[in-house]
Amino acid sequence: MLSKSQAKVFFLGGTMLSFAVFLGMSWNSMSKEVPKQTHEENLTAQVINGKKIWEANNCMGCHTILGEGAYYAPELTKVYDRRGEGYIKAALMSKTPWSPRGRKMVAYAMTEQEANDVVAFLKWVGEMDLNGFPAKPDLKK
Amino acid sequence: MKYKSQKVAYWFFALSMLLLSLQIVYGFIMGFAHMGYDNLHSIIPFNTARAVHTNLLVVWLLSGFMGAAYYIIPEEAEKELVSVKLAYIQLITLALVGVVAIVGYHFNYWEGRKFLEIPRPLDWLVVANVLTFLGIIIMTLAKGKKRTTTSLVLTMGLVFAALLYLPGMIWFDNQTMDSFFRWWVVHLWVEGVWELIMGGILAFLLIKITGVDREVIEKWLYVIVGLTFISGILGTGHHYYYIGVGKIWLIVGGIFSALEPLAFLAMALFAIAMYRKGEKKHPNKMALSWTLGTAIVSFVGAGLLGLAHTFPAVNMYTHGTLVTAMHGHLAFWGAYAMIVFAFISYSMPNLTGRKMYETTSGLLAFWLSNIGMIGMTAAFGVAGVAQVYLERKVGLEFGEVQKEIEVHFFILVSCATLFTTGIGFFIYEFIKYGRPNDEALIANQE
Repeated sequence: MLSKSQAKVFFLGGTMLSFAVFLGMSWNSMSKEVPKQTHEENLTAQVINGKKIWEANNCMGCHTILGEGAYYAPELTKVYDRRGEGYIKAALMSKTPWSPRGRKMVAYAMTEQEANDVVAFLKWVGEMDLNGFPAKPDLKK
Repeated sequence: MKYKSQKVAYWFFALSMLLLSLQIVYGFIMGFAHMGYDNLHSIIPFNTARAVHTNLLVVWLLSGFMGAAYYIIPEEAEKELVSVKLAYIQLITLALVGVVAIVGYHFNYWEGRKFLEIPRPLDWLVVANVLTFLGIIIMTLAKGKKRTTTSLVLTMGLVFAALLYLPGMIWFDNQTMDSFFRWWVVHLWVEGVWELIMGGILAFLLIKITGVDREVIEKWLYVIVGLTFISGILGTGHHYYYIGVGKIWLIVGGIFSALEPLAFLAMALFAIAMYRKGEKKHPNKMALSWTLGTAIVSFVGAGLLGLAHTFPAVNMYTHGTLVTAMHGHLAFWGAYAMIVFAFISYSMPNLTGRKMYETTSGLLAFWLSNIGMIGMTAAFGVAGVAQVYLERKVGLEFGEVQKEIEVHFFILVSCATLFTTGIGFFIYEFIKYGRPNDEALIANQE
C-alpha cells in the first residue's frame, strides 16, 4: 500500500516534471511559434496603440477576441474581413450607442485616429494563424 | 476555537458575504441585459457589470481563503497568529483596494484583460497586501510547534497563488503573448494552486469532521494535489488551442485536460470515503453537507463540464460562447464558493460558541442555492449549445442568434432568484451567529 512519503514523492516529482515540460513548451511557443503565427513583423506602433485603446475601454468586457472575453457582443477576431474598415470605424466613432438589433454598445465617440488604430489592431489580429479558428459554419447552405 | 487570534477569520468571512451579495446584484444586471432589458446601460454598461461580477468573485473567494487560513494555521501550528493587528490592517486594505477597483470600473479605470481588470497601480497594492498576509501566515508557521502536511499544502497554495499573480502584470505588445501569460495567472490559479488551497482546507475539515487519522487523510491529500498538478499544469494547453501558438498544444492540452477530472473525482471519492470510514460523527451537519457538497459539485462543474468542451474538435466550435459560462458558473460554485461556505459553516459555531448545527434556514440555504445554481448551469448550457449550432455551425449572425436565445435567460434569471434566496438564508444564518467572542475558547474544541 502507498505510504505517505511515497505519496509526497508522487506529488513533488509529478509537479516538477510537469512544470519543466510546461516551461520548455512555453519557451518554444514564445520564441518560435508566436513570431511566425502572429506575423510579429507587422506589429507596428499603430497596432500597439490600437491594443492599448482596446484594453483601456475593456472591449473584452462584451466582445471576444481570439475567442476570449465576454459573450454579450460579437467575436471580433475576423471582424475586419467580415465588416470592413468603414463599418468598424462608424461603430467606434458613433456619438450615440451603436445598437444593431437593439443591443447597445457604449458610445465611445473616438477620434478618426483612435478608430484607425483600433482598426489596424483588428486587421493584424485577423491575419493570425489560429490553427483554423474560427471554423467555417459547416451546416451553412 | 483554541486560539484568540482565530477570531480575525470572522471578519474576512463577513467581507466575503458582503462582496458576494454585490456580485449577485451585478450578475442580475447582466442576466437582464441578455434578456433584452439593458435599462441601466448608461450608468452600468455590460462591460462594467461583467468586470465587477468576476472581480468581486475573485476578491470574496480570496477573502474566504484568507479567513480560513487565519483560522487553520494557529490550530495546526499550535501558536497564536504572530500579529493580529497586522491581520486587521491587511483585511481593511484588501477591502479598500477592492472597493477602489470596483468604483473605478464604473469610470473606465481598468485594464481590459479578462479577469485581470485591476489597473496596474492597484496591482502593486494587491501585491503588498498579499505579502503582508503571507508574512503573517509563514511567520506563525515558522514559530509554531508543529508543521503539518495540511498547513504546508495550504500555505504552498497561497504562496504559489501570490507568485502566479506576477506574470499577469507584465505588458506585452503582442495580443497572443498577453493572452498566453494571462492564463498563467487565471488557469494556473483555478485549475492548479487554488485546488491546493481547496485540498488543504478540505483535509482540515475532514480531519475535524470525520475523525479519520490525520496520516491517512494527508497521504491522500498528497495524491490528490499531485494529480491536480500533473493534469492541470499541462492542461493549460486547452487555452492555447486557438490563440496563435502551435498545434502541439492541441495534442498536449487535449490529453492533459481529459485527465483533469481525475483530480476532482479523486477529491470526491476521498471525501466520501473518509466520511464513511470516520467513526466519529460530528454534530455539525451543515459543515458536513457543504464539505461533501463541494467535493461532489466540483467534480461535476469543474471536472465533467470542463471536459465537455476541452476536446479540441469540440472547443473549435464552443470557444468563446456561452458554453464557457455554463462550465464557469458550476465550477467556481462547486470548487471554491462551496469550500468557503463549508469552512464558514464549520468555524462559526466554534468562533461564536453558538451551536446552530442543523437549522431550517441552514438546510434551505444549502438546497436552494445548489438547486438554483444547477438550474442556472442548465440554462447557460441550453443557451450555449443553441448558440454554437445556430451561429458557429449554421452561420447565422451573432445578433440574430442572441434574439433567439433570449428566452433561456428568463430561465436563468428565475433560477438565479432561487439561488439568491439560498444565499440570503446563508447570510441570515451568518448574521444570526453573531460576533466571535472569547467565551467560545474551548481547550479541546473539535
